[in-house]
Amino acid sequence: MAAVRTSSEIGFNRVAIVAVLVVTIIFLAPIYWIASTAFKPRNLATTIPPTIVFQPEISPFVKLFTKRSQMRSPPSPEEYAAAPWWERVVFDGGEKIVRDGKGQVQWSGYPSRFLNSLIIAITSTVLAVGMGTFTAYGFSRFKVKGEADLLFFILSTRMLPPVVVAIPMFLMYRAVGLNDSHVGLIILYTAFNLSFSVWLMKGFMDEIPKEYEEAALVDGYTRMEAFFKIVLPEAATGIAATAVFCFITAWNEYAFALIMTNRRAQTAPPFIPSQVGSGLPDWTVIAAGTFLFLLPVAIFTFLLRNHLLRGMSFGAIRK
Amino acid sequence: MTQIELRGVQKFFGAVQVIKDLNLKISDNEFIVLLGQSGCGKTTTLRAIAGLETIDEGDILIDGKPIQHLKAADRDIAMVFQSFSLYPHMSVYENIAFPLRATRKSKSEIDQEVRSVARTLQISDLLAKKPSALSGGDMQRVAIGRALVRRPKAMLMDEPIGALDAKLREEMRAEIKRLHIKQGSTTIYVTHDQIEAMSLADRIVIMHEGVLQQVGSPDEVYSRPANLFVAQFVGSPVMNVADAAVAETASSVSVTLGGAAAGFEFPQALLSKLNGHAGDQLALGIRPEGVLIRHDAAKGFLPVETQIVEPLGSFDIVDLKVGSKMLRARTKSGFVSGPGERVFARIDPAQAHFFDTASGKSLGVRL
Repeated sequence: MAAVRTSSEIGFNRVAIVAVLVVTIIFLAPIYWIASTAFKPRNLATTIPPTIVFQPEISPFVKLFTKRSQMRSPPSPEEYAAAPWWERVVFDGGEKIVRDGKGQVQWSGYPSRFLNSLIIAITSTVLAVGMGTFTAYGFSRFKVKGEADLLFFILSTRMLPPVVVAIPMFLMYRAVGLNDSHVGLIILYTAFNLSFSVWLMKGFMDEIPKEYEEAALVDGYTRMEAFFKIVLPEAATGIAATAVFCFITAWNEYAFALIMTNRRAQTAPPFIPSQVGSGLPDWTVIAAGTFLFLLPVAIFTFLLRNHLLRGMSFGAIRK
Repeated sequence: MTQIELRGVQKFFGAVQVIKDLNLKISDNEFIVLLGQSGCGKTTTLRAIAGLETIDEGDILIDGKPIQHLKAADRDIAMVFQSFSLYPHMSVYENIAFPLRATRKSKSEIDQEVRSVARTLQISDLLAKKPSALSGGDMQRVAIGRALVRRPKAMLMDEPIGALDAKLREEMRAEIKRLHIKQGSTTIYVTHDQIEAMSLADRIVIMHEGVLQQVGSPDEVYSRPANLFVAQFVGSPVMNVADAAVAETASSVSVTLGGAAAGFEFPQALLSKLNGHAGDQLALGIRPEGVLIRHDAAKGFLPVETQIVEPLGSFDIVDLKVGSKMLRARTKSGFVSGPGERVFARIDPAQAHFFDTASGKSLGVRL
């Protein structure tokens, strides 16, 4: 191989870099849009053409987390001076934060919805990945009667758009009292993700040479010990990749969350758009809610990024 | 003290019988090599002894006790895999310590034993490394260390050096032999490489299509092969085998190969040794070193033409046309100048083997 790159190679590299930049900009534009809107003053959120340069504000986040009411007249100078900084930014928009009789700030519905989302997405991800890992190990290592049929059956649960079964699911859930409950959504999301998790993990399991476990078996360990001491650490990459995908699916799910929950167990996705309806739509508040909602997935994916990259290419190469 | 015995072992994979009525006794400290082509059942036999494969019939006994129903973990046998199977997420130290951690040994005991094994195998400086940072030979040393550290009743090795390159394979072969002499443990070693088998084994067990063909010392299987399969499988270059017609002449016996015009001269004693089989369909087997050639005519030497010369450095292999057959002879390097040369050849009766063509069995003729 020549060590010197030809001019056509350099030209190709430049074109490739430009193409990657364009694609990156296209992908990141909506995220920039949401993030910038979340920090905009309300009157700049819907200007045409869009305002690019502005003084960022924290008020959309304050509004997102609190209950507010319209003020008939502006606050008195004493009232303004006595208020904490985060309340003043609301005054500027002609609103005030609602307090109860003891002067406690009234929270909006957003924090509890966000917490619901976390509880439901994390629990269902742990369950789906956990069960998927065990199932995949079984299929990968043992002779299972009708293995191909069973795996196809597991996959077939993904062949309909899930919403098709929304109405029967709703009726069944109502009959057994699972609607608007955390457990209900956790079961639902676990079931959604399980087939995906089984198939993905089976691919990863198949890639782990079974000699590792056999070595552990002759080294004096039971199969269960071999699974936990040898197979699981080897499968970490696959588990991380599967977990990211399952978490994103559960975190972003909208349709069932909208139908099955309304208050107690409602997750953030159906809650955020519901805020459009209260009074004039305040897009900055919705953008703030969406922006915060993006963060867990971004952080989770960022933490597992090394595993993910290896996970994506894992299984593509035969050794 | 570990003796291993296989009694009437049978194993099926579905309808395919991979081990057919295998009987074998392995004595204490013996180095046994299971030799055969891939798919002959040698690895399955090894895995059955290890407990990684069940058997359908028969008994596997260690020191007289049947163990075929025991789990692999309870058999106290160690195994070295062809793929090394070092746990990638553990350091070399952890890999070697792993079998000890399954026992109730204390931390300091484990540490002591790991370090002592590492010293024996000269891998002390590698203990902190991950397997992925090791060379092929070092990986193999670690794999052997992991097997040795528990002082198992027996060591099983499944083509342990098959994945290494040729030069390293030779080094590791010597190392395994040295280690066996030093440590002394009953060892069963699987390979398809007959040179490996010859150089390592106390006794070689040759298998073909699930059937045991011959058990014997390297010298026995080389110089007294029990049948045509063993004759052609053991030894490199491969033994010449040709259909032979035996005829009595005035003073001697003539053996004609492949329908050639003239036969090779054999002593009269051949007829009695053939014991009435002289008229049957016979095959003559002769190793290349048993085909003698010279440049000038002499009594008992037949004129033949050279076809191909393969120079192999220390010696040449020369193909000679005899009737419809090629006879490969081993000569000093450069003895024959090239193809198309006329030389004179003879078969050394002392190195000739006679086989019954129908059954493939050796007739046990020794001249």
